[in-house]
Amino acid sequence: MSSAWVAVVAVGAGTALLKAVGPVGLATRELPPRVSGLLALVGPAILAALVVTMTFSHDRSLDLDARIAGVAAGGAAAVLRAPLGVVVLVGALATAGVRLIG
Amino acid sequence: MGRGLRVAAPFLPAAFVLGASFGVLALASGFSTSASIVMSATTFAGSAQVATVSVLGAGGGIAAAVVAALLLNARYAPIGMTIARTFRGGGPRRFVEGQLVVDESWALAGGGGERFDRGIFLGVGIGLWFAWVGGTAVGTALGGVVDDTSAFGLDGAFAALFLALLLTQLRSRLAVTAALSGAAIAAVLVPFTPPGVPIIAAVAGVLVGVRRP
Repeated sequence: MSSAWVAVVAVGAGTALLKAVGPVGLATRELPPRVSGLLALVGPAILAALVVTMTFSHDRSLDLDARIAGVAAGGAAAVLRAPLGVVVLVGALATAGVRLIG
Repeated sequence: MGRGLRVAAPFLPAAFVLGASFGVLALASGFSTSASIVMSATTFAGSAQVATVSVLGAGGGIAAAVVAALLLNARYAPIGMTIARTFRGGGPRRFVEGQLVVDESWALAGGGGERFDRGIFLGVGIGLWFAWVGGTAVGTALGGVVDDTSAFGLDGAFAALFLALLLTQLRSRLAVTAALSGAAIAAVLVPFTPPGVPIIAAVAGVLVGVRRP
C-alpha cells in the first residue's frame, strides 16, 4: 500500500471517530446545566478562532495579506445584513481584487 | 432537508472549486486519482486533507501528515458535542449522520445551541459532500490546467463567511467574551503550535462562562 493510501485510511478513520464523539459517544445523555451552558459557548469561541486563523495564519506565522480585504468587505456586507451568499461573493471579489493588484 | 439545500446553494460553487483545487494539489503531491477522491468522500474536511497531501508532497512522513490532519480535525469532537442531541436513531445512523459535520453545516444550521436546525444541517452537509467530492474528481481530471485557485479569493471569502456566522451568534455578553477569548487564544498560539491546535485550544474560551449559573 502506498504512503498516500495509508494516510487516506488513517486520516479517514481518525476523522470519522472524532466526528462521532458527540453524535454517538455523547448521544442523548442529559448533561448538567452548567456543562450545557459552557457547550453553548463553544460555537462563538471556535468560530472566532476560525476567523482569526483563516484570515491571518499561514502555517505557523501570522500574515497580513489580501484575505484581510475579503474579511473586511464581507464583514461589512454582513453588518449591513446582506445574505450569506452575498457576503461570500463580496469577500471573494475583494480578496481576489487586492491579490490581483498586489 | 430541502430547506438546507436552499441554504447551501450559494456555497456549493465555492465548495466545488475548493474541492477541485484539492484534487489538483493532491495529484501534484503524488496521490492517485482514486486516493484523492476516496479521501474527499471519507475524510470530508478540507483543511485536514490539504494538510495531509501537503506534508506528504513536501517529503514529510506518514505519521507527521496524519497527526497534522487529525489535529486540524480535533475541533469536530467539541463541535459534535454541541449538537449531539439533534441526531436521531441508533448508533450506526448517528455515526453516518455525524460524518456530515463540517464547519459550514454546523455553523449555517446555528452553530449548536437551542436554535440549531437539523434540516439545514443535513441539507447543507449532503449538498457540500456532493460538491466537495465532485469538485475533487474534476480537479484530478484537470490536473495541471488550473494550478492556482488562490486567484479566486476563496480563502478570504470563507473567512468572511465565518465572520458573518459568528456575528449571528453574539447574542449575549458572555458569547462576545467567549468569542474574544477564543480569538485571542488562537492568535497567540498560531506561531508556536502546529495548525489546528490554536482552534482546539480556543475552546478554552468557554471557561469565561464558569461560575455563572
